[in-house]
Amino acid sequence: MLHALGNLWTPLAATPLVWLALTLAAFWLGRLVQRACKGAPAANPVLIAILLVAAVVLATRTSYASYFSGAQFINFLLGPATIALAVPLARNLDLVRRNLYSVGTALLAGSVASIVSGVAIVWALGGAKTVALSMAPKAVTTPIAIAVSQQIGGVPALTAALAILGGIVAAIIGQTMLRRLKVHDWRAHGLAAGVAGSGIAAAQVASLNELGAAFAALGIGLNGVLTAIVVPVLVLLWG
Amino acid sequence: MPFAFFVLILCQLVGELVRDALKLPIPGPVIGMFLLAAILGWRLRGNPERGIPKPLETLAEGLIANLGLLFVPAGVGIIAEAGLLRQDWLPIVAGLVGSTVLGVAVTGLVMHWTMRGR
Repeated sequence: MLHALGNLWTPLAATPLVWLALTLAAFWLGRLVQRACKGAPAANPVLIAILLVAAVVLATRTSYASYFSGAQFINFLLGPATIALAVPLARNLDLVRRNLYSVGTALLAGSVASIVSGVAIVWALGGAKTVALSMAPKAVTTPIAIAVSQQIGGVPALTAALAILGGIVAAIIGQTMLRRLKVHDWRAHGLAAGVAGSGIAAAQVASLNELGAAFAALGIGLNGVLTAIVVPVLVLLWG
Repeated sequence: MPFAFFVLILCQLVGELVRDALKLPIPGPVIGMFLLAAILGWRLRGNPERGIPKPLETLAEGLIANLGLLFVPAGVGIIAEAGLLRQDWLPIVAGLVGSTVLGVAVTGLVMHWTMRGR
């Protein structure tokens, strides 16, 4: 009885709690660093947190599985957070409807450019076929990317890593590059972040602008669906 | 807050059930996102003043503001792929950066051009 009550209070042993605490602290620290750098995209809090946590996990010779046993509680929230993107999307539904032609064209062009160029570059530089296949769906939100990678014979864990790294790359360079290309509209910035950098780049844009957040949500969702359909077809054609 | 969280989880659940039933390659949360957006959009259309329920709005904004945190656990998984990364680092880095840059540029530019025409 006492034992059962004890379990009630501590569903987590001490060790998973350590990893949960470390993950939260590392991200909080990443935020502080970005704020200290006046919101510079290069000081990406996700990147900082991943590097800090990975360093501690490696230094303590902890397996990824035992780290994840604690961190999974944060990972679980990815589902509800993806659903939550419906709120900015619904708020701006009229704007989206009015720009449907632009959104559709840009989405198709950007998505195919990203898939084909990723596979082509890996192939041209002599990378393994499994690496090229893992690269193909990496622009979309991590859970979709993993599912597609599995389906076409990539390495799902590598795809997950690439999806996150790609999101960080898009978050760091996206805004600067688009401004240099004379694109200033938040709708274009948001959609580009969602299509090419999924959640991480979207988080960067969403923290700056509500309209950008709506189009980023649209980009993530639509590109997720499009990629899930296009990549298996392209792979079939590629043979 | 409990109701708002219930709405999010319910949409995810329905999304997963739809995915299972139709054998779609799209993950449940993405189906759930479009489902919730459709419901909220329909609600707003019928009566714009009613708006989005405040608790749902607050919860959604909180989750979105901290979206980055939720990617950290999966991101640390990179350490488990160290072997492949070391072996094929050049094609991986070049492919990743090249395709991401191209993806952002093409999407942003095409969006910019097509919006200008209308």
